[in-house]
Amino acid sequence: MNFAVPTEAFIMLSMVLFILGAMGVLLRRNAILIFMSVELMLNAANLALVAFARQWGQMNGQLFVFFVMTVAAAEVAVGLALIVAIFRNKRSINIDDLHQMEG
Amino acid sequence: MAEFNFLQSLPSVAAALGLTILAAVILLLDAYLPKDKRPQIAYVAAFGMLFVAFTPIIWSPPAEGQVFWGGMIRFDGVAQIFQVMVILGGALTALMAINDSGTKNRGEFHLIIIISTLGGCLLVGANDLVMLFVALETVSIPLYILAAFRRQDGGRSAESGLKYFLFGSFASAILLYGLSLLYGFTGHTNIPALAQTLVSGGGALGDNVVPMLAALLLVIVGFGFKISVAPFHFWTPDVYEGAPTPVTAFVSVASKAASFAVLLRFLLAVFPADLVLEGQSIQAFWVNLLVVISVVSMTLGNVLALRQSNIKRMLAYSSIAQAGYALVGIAALQSADPTLGVSSVAFYMFMYTFSNLLIFAGVVLFSEATKSENIRDLAGLQRRSPWLALAMTISLLSLAGFPPAAGFFGKFFLFQAAVEANLVGLAIIGVLNSSVALYYYLVVIKVMYVDKGVDEDQAIAIPRPYAWVLGIASVVVLLLGVLPTQIIDWARSGAEAMQHVARLINGL
Repeated sequence: MNFAVPTEAFIMLSMVLFILGAMGVLLRRNAILIFMSVELMLNAANLALVAFARQWGQMNGQLFVFFVMTVAAAEVAVGLALIVAIFRNKRSINIDDLHQMEG
Repeated sequence: MAEFNFLQSLPSVAAALGLTILAAVILLLDAYLPKDKRPQIAYVAAFGMLFVAFTPIIWSPPAEGQVFWGGMIRFDGVAQIFQVMVILGGALTALMAINDSGTKNRGEFHLIIIISTLGGCLLVGANDLVMLFVALETVSIPLYILAAFRRQDGGRSAESGLKYFLFGSFASAILLYGLSLLYGFTGHTNIPALAQTLVSGGGALGDNVVPMLAALLLVIVGFGFKISVAPFHFWTPDVYEGAPTPVTAFVSVASKAASFAVLLRFLLAVFPADLVLEGQSIQAFWVNLLVVISVVSMTLGNVLALRQSNIKRMLAYSSIAQAGYALVGIAALQSADPTLGVSSVAFYMFMYTFSNLLIFAGVVLFSEATKSENIRDLAGLQRRSPWLALAMTISLLSLAGFPPAAGFFGKFFLFQAAVEANLVGLAIIGVLNSSVALYYYLVVIKVMYVDKGVDEDQAIAIPRPYAWVLGIASVVVLLLGVLPTQIIDWARSGAEAMQHVARLINGL
């Protein structure tokens, strides 16, 4: 008897997370929330990688996840700094207020 | 797997190691040099990178190319030519930053440029999904910082940085999901092993075409953002306009060239011609998709560039169009002999790198002297600084594809590859688009040479580092235009090495 959760379930969950993240990026107007949605998409990919690694019974996917987490941490550091810089200038982080350049 | 030999593996990362050491040196100099000596850091960075640019040439890869570092890096002719291109782009950018108001006297600028260049060097040889993703982010994340580098401009630079960051990280997440699906289908992160499993039908995919197309689509959308082709180009004009000009130059050449290199490698290796699922060729699908993207971005870029008054914004739309032309060469990979497509893209990116650096060096000088980025204010530039006007003319002619500058052969090779690959229609659209583009490039030349300016009596001096940038880039652009054979032969031999991998995959 095997009670393990099937890989398909993980992949379905990761797809749902990915689509939620993508919709968040496209629909939200607050820079921090957009950024969180991007992180959600990255984590969806991480979940898929780990689930696939279990399915194939090897470590490559898990290793990949470590690198993705490191990259995501670097992205957070840069992203939050940029959002602070914008807030200092405009007193707002709504991306609809970012329209100094148009044409 | 062959036994690990450190000395033999070294050349493949020699450039990357050199850049790492250079970055450490710059960091120390920035921390310990007295304040009045800090401007010299730019020279250390620029000449250090010029020096490092020779390492891939001195330690050239074996003719067939070889895989190093546990399958992470593939060092072959294509990696070599793109490494040289990216490092030279970084070096000229460092020189260009010396007098720019947004970047001058800031040592950390050079540190960040070097790290981004380092990412580019690793990216062009990436042979593993992990390497590809990490290198791509090593190129991009420093550029998000650099785009927001200028502080005293009412937030335009910060705004462009945030926009670049949000679009860029969104694109990376999409790309990553595509890569994770590819890993799931095959159980490999190594690109050749992954491709082999797909072609032999040994993966988990069976004969299902839909998941494969989904993964392909995610990957192309991800790369589409990075190389700024329509319809994924929204960020380009704002980032180009708001970022400090040297950063714009670097974003438009080095990161784009590296992304094109890896896109070539990826599409050719992972989705080759004989990958057929449910009786449908995957290659036909991506070629058609790229043809559509290429036509849309050429047309959109050129038409929108026509009505720009800010020169950096005009160049942003022009770069969208140029990326569209380069995609013609990638679509031409469907030909029986993909070396033509690969080498034409390599040549095109080479000439585009130098032409774009040349024009942006001109823009830095002009906007520092006049405090304006408006094309109208270029009026009478020929009387104010004949050499500057001449250099900008050379690069504009090259971008327009006008002989004797390099752009002519760049476009010629691309369209030739397209015709060989039975994409005559695409080649015709490309030629028509080039003639539209001719208009807005020539208008700038006309403004510089014919129009009367208000302060024509005030000469614009060209400081020495800029004279070097303008000189080196003009000579390269003209040489490539007169004697293109050297570079195209180099690119062809590199392309054959890449082709060798594709044959290996198909043979097994």
